[in-house]
Amino acid sequence: MIDVIRAGLLTTIQDLGRHGFRHLGVAMGGALDRLSLEVGNRLVGNRPDAAGLEITFGPTVLRFLRPTRVAITGTEFSATLDGKPVYSWWSLPVQAGQELTLNAAKRGMRGYVCIAGGIDVLPMLGSRSTDLQAGFGGLGGRALRDGDRLPVGAPRAGVGSGFSPDAPEFGVKAPAWCKFVLVDEPVRRGRHPSGVAWAPPIRVLPGPEYDTFTEDAQQAFWNDEWLVTPNSNRMGYRLAGNQLKRTQKRDLLSHAVMPGTIQVPPNGQPIILMSDAQTTGGYPKIGAVIHADLWKLAQIRLNGAVRFIPTTPYEARQALIEERKYLRQIDAAIGMHEERCARLAASAAV
Amino acid sequence: MTEPRIFPFGDTALVCEAPPPATLDCQRRVWAAAQAARDWPHVLEVVPGMNNLTLIFDPLEADPDALAAMLKAAWDKASAAPAAGREVEIPVQYGGEFGPDLKAVADHTGLSVKEVVERHAGGEYIVFFLGFQPGFAYMGGLEAALHTPRRAEPRLEVPAGSVGIGGEQTGIYPATSPGGWQLIGRTAQKLFDPSRNPPTLLQPGDRVRFTIAGLHA
Repeated sequence: MIDVIRAGLLTTIQDLGRHGFRHLGVAMGGALDRLSLEVGNRLVGNRPDAAGLEITFGPTVLRFLRPTRVAITGTEFSATLDGKPVYSWWSLPVQAGQELTLNAAKRGMRGYVCIAGGIDVLPMLGSRSTDLQAGFGGLGGRALRDGDRLPVGAPRAGVGSGFSPDAPEFGVKAPAWCKFVLVDEPVRRGRHPSGVAWAPPIRVLPGPEYDTFTEDAQQAFWNDEWLVTPNSNRMGYRLAGNQLKRTQKRDLLSHAVMPGTIQVPPNGQPIILMSDAQTTGGYPKIGAVIHADLWKLAQIRLNGAVRFIPTTPYEARQALIEERKYLRQIDAAIGMHEERCARLAASAAV
Repeated sequence: MTEPRIFPFGDTALVCEAPPPATLDCQRRVWAAAQAARDWPHVLEVVPGMNNLTLIFDPLEADPDALAAMLKAAWDKASAAPAAGREVEIPVQYGGEFGPDLKAVADHTGLSVKEVVERHAGGEYIVFFLGFQPGFAYMGGLEAALHTPRRAEPRLEVPAGSVGIGGEQTGIYPATSPGGWQLIGRTAQKLFDPSRNPPTLLQPGDRVRFTIAGLHA
């Protein structure tokens, strides 16, 4: 079990989301930065879909009641364990009573804490993810509060000694893209009215209504840096910039929308739908963020900026293949750690 | 029937869209094709909309071209014959604190309060699709005499179970939420319960009848 000493701005229980219920209006939910959660779970010997904590910005303090292993992934929190600095993207042994402090993120937006065995709340509709809008899943369908106590599952059966609370700590490399989010970016101040320094490139496939926008709007969509307004959350990122106008005003019949959908309401300011977005909509869709880049959005700060890069289905697929390749490298690194632990155990026995 | 348009949306979805106008016949095809698509490999979600159907698939495993061909074949095969949608009865307390806009609907339509309630409960409604909130059904079948524009000022908090009229539609709010529809009554039925499977009272294709559980002044 884990005690939440300090919950922070917005901390929720999330896994890889809820699937198969969108036709009934149930959102997918799940970690916004899916890749960070997947790596975090690997680092503590969990199945990829185990539930962890999604921490928005921080600061957050957790106390562990039993010896276990934890991993912090996603943004950089300058975390400490009982006051001693610990790395992100590392598998850390934790003893009973120890306190993990995640300080407010200096860059990036969301981080994940994965614990061996996963957060073991009751799955609802096949997922432990918190649906804040509908108020179910996670812990009572709500964000964590100071004083909450979280159940932790038993470590996965057959997991190697490399994940025991006694095994040494080890780390893996962060996704390449994290370097841009988490390391000081090249300063490009003044390029955007908001004065934001840097607008991460997000790859987008043109949407079904792309051609109904004016040429000026299409140019602006690709060339402008879009401000991520503070009115952005797990449901959607509301962007601000040049007004995107359409050549025809024909209304659309309601249709499915999904995370990554970029829709443009009549005010001409695009909204990128995120994990908790509703399942159907009626606004024209100028584009769709490719699956492999969705997690990157999770790390863009409020009042930060984003820009869109046109891409092709082929590139979208290659990006996902690259992502899987990266995860296989992580698996290989973890395999080496396990072998080392097994050798150490064997030599200790001799 | 004119040919549907099948096109990809992003790298995870495929849309099958029939040309307007939306008709019940067309919607029946949507439901039938959705039924077929549910078992296809690497298809994660099958989401009916109004006059359209979207498949969301695993972008690494699925073959979008093959899925598009399957979708076309399923659409062609899907008959517009009445599907075996369930009949669902929803008891409603009309008027009073449950339906604060009942009088406004009567005033707008020129009908008496009693007539509004009897006509609303006398209709058969069909669930075209769900969206907006878990369990929120977009239903067709509201008779023209009852059409009433949305409220000028949306309410910040509409109680769960509220039955409303918004323009040409009638519907039920599954959860307490902001909303602009004219509220004529409320049901005690749970429209969404995540501990049930299926979690929603209504599903695409269901036929709905409202019954008068009470009429309050």
